Amino acid sequence: MYQWDFYTVLQSFDLFLMGIWTTFLYTVGSILVGVIVGLTACFARLSRHGIIRLIARSYQELFRCTPLLVQILWAYYALPMLLGVSLSNTTAGLMMLSLYVGSFYAEIFRGGILAVEKGQREAANAVGMTGVQAMTHIILPQAIKKMLPAFINQSVVQVKNTSLLYAISIAELTYMTSVVNSETYRPLEAYSLAAVLYFVMLFPLTQVADHFERKMRRSD
Amino acid sequence: MTATTDPVIRLEGLRKSFGSLEVLKGIDLELHRGEVLSVIGPSGSGKSTLIRCLNLMEEPTAGTFAFQGRPVSLKFRAKAPAIGAGELRRRVGMVFQHFNLFPHLSVLENITKGPRIVLGESREDAEAHAMQLLSEVGLADKAAAYPAHLSGGQKQRVAIARALALRPEVMLFDEPTSALDPELVGEVLAVVRRLAQDGMTMVLVTHEMGFAADVASRVIFMENGAIAEQGSPEEILRAPKSERLKGFLSRFHS
Repeated sequence: MYQWDFYTVLQSFDLFLMGIWTTFLYTVGSILVGVIVGLTACFARLSRHGIIRLIARSYQELFRCTPLLVQILWAYYALPMLLGVSLSNTTAGLMMLSLYVGSFYAEIFRGGILAVEKGQREAANAVGMTGVQAMTHIILPQAIKKMLPAFINQSVVQVKNTSLLYAISIAELTYMTSVVNSETYRPLEAYSLAAVLYFVMLFPLTQVADHFERKMRRSD
Repeated sequence: MTATTDPVIRLEGLRKSFGSLEVLKGIDLELHRGEVLSVIGPSGSGKSTLIRCLNLMEEPTAGTFAFQGRPVSLKFRAKAPAIGAGELRRRVGMVFQHFNLFPHLSVLENITKGPRIVLGESREDAEAHAMQLLSEVGLADKAAAYPAHLSGGQKQRVAIARALALRPEVMLFDEPTSALDPELVGEVLAVVRRLAQDGMTMVLVTHEMGFAADVASRVIFMENGAIAEQGSPEEILRAPKSERLKGFLSRFHS
């Protein structure tokens, strides 16, 4: 019978807390940058110019169709060979997490905007609004409501994806767990605790997404 | 000041194609101040496309279009003397078949949004005007309601008030009662009728022949992207000349 010993692991709880904090910073940072990247790519996809649409589309497919872990390793180990300057693991990690999530956000934003009826834009134009005014006052407020559940779900995935930063030695929660494991030789307790901590962070978020989804279905 | 002798709207040889499909095949039309023009015709005849060209919801592919003697430009802003799409749309209000109210805004905000953003009106001014318009269409008590809680007839009356909030010189109605339950048609037509009596210049695409006869000063019958016959309501609806028009009207007199 296995002798559980959480006490040893919990003595290093400060390491877990540091890991959670780092995970939090990378999540928030990459979501913020990802939203900007995603909005840019979304409007580029909706552009009148074929070449702009093509560039945005290529970016999206490149990042959606390759594994994030490969992207992170490539940015950290391979890209510097091309550029001739090395990137810090912080830069490489944040950049790839942001570009990765941005490619998914772009699709979520675009779907939300396209889900707003065509008549809404026409009605906005009919009272003399410019395209930008129609977008900011009429289309986006409706689109945001429609895209919110998918946006939250993607952001939940983003929290989990920060664990891949482990591969380039960024001290987020998974990395810190491995540190605790190597100090205590208690992998079962360490990784179980890490799983519980992720769950506790993410479960409320999925509930929020469900809440918005239910609310949206009621109002339709 | 614009010369009062110029027609409000003048179209010459206006054409509109969607890809290889030509929907308007050279429309000549003058609309004068205070006129109420009814456009009738079978579906697919181009009447909706025509009215949508009048505020550039659709961009004509050829022909000339002048608003109060000024050439209309397809650009949003145009150099004088041309008039751009932005100014044209402020001066030509439109009411849609499916209302197209903004669902995320209250009735009051639906009406004030345009004047506040486009004309830069203050909240107080825009709201005072909106309340006046709402009482004119009989919906002052619905100012705080959201579109989802209104009947179709109420929605369309709000949509009319929204268009009027920009103090347009011309109003376009694109089948304003076609999406309504029959018992709700009357309340919308009553509002349109009062606008006509007040001297508003209007273009009305409709299937309500009796109403067209009643409120219009002129009726045009469209077929295959062209004006097939036009004249006073009596001429068009009671004494149609072409077999086509007779056939079209017979379907409404059963």
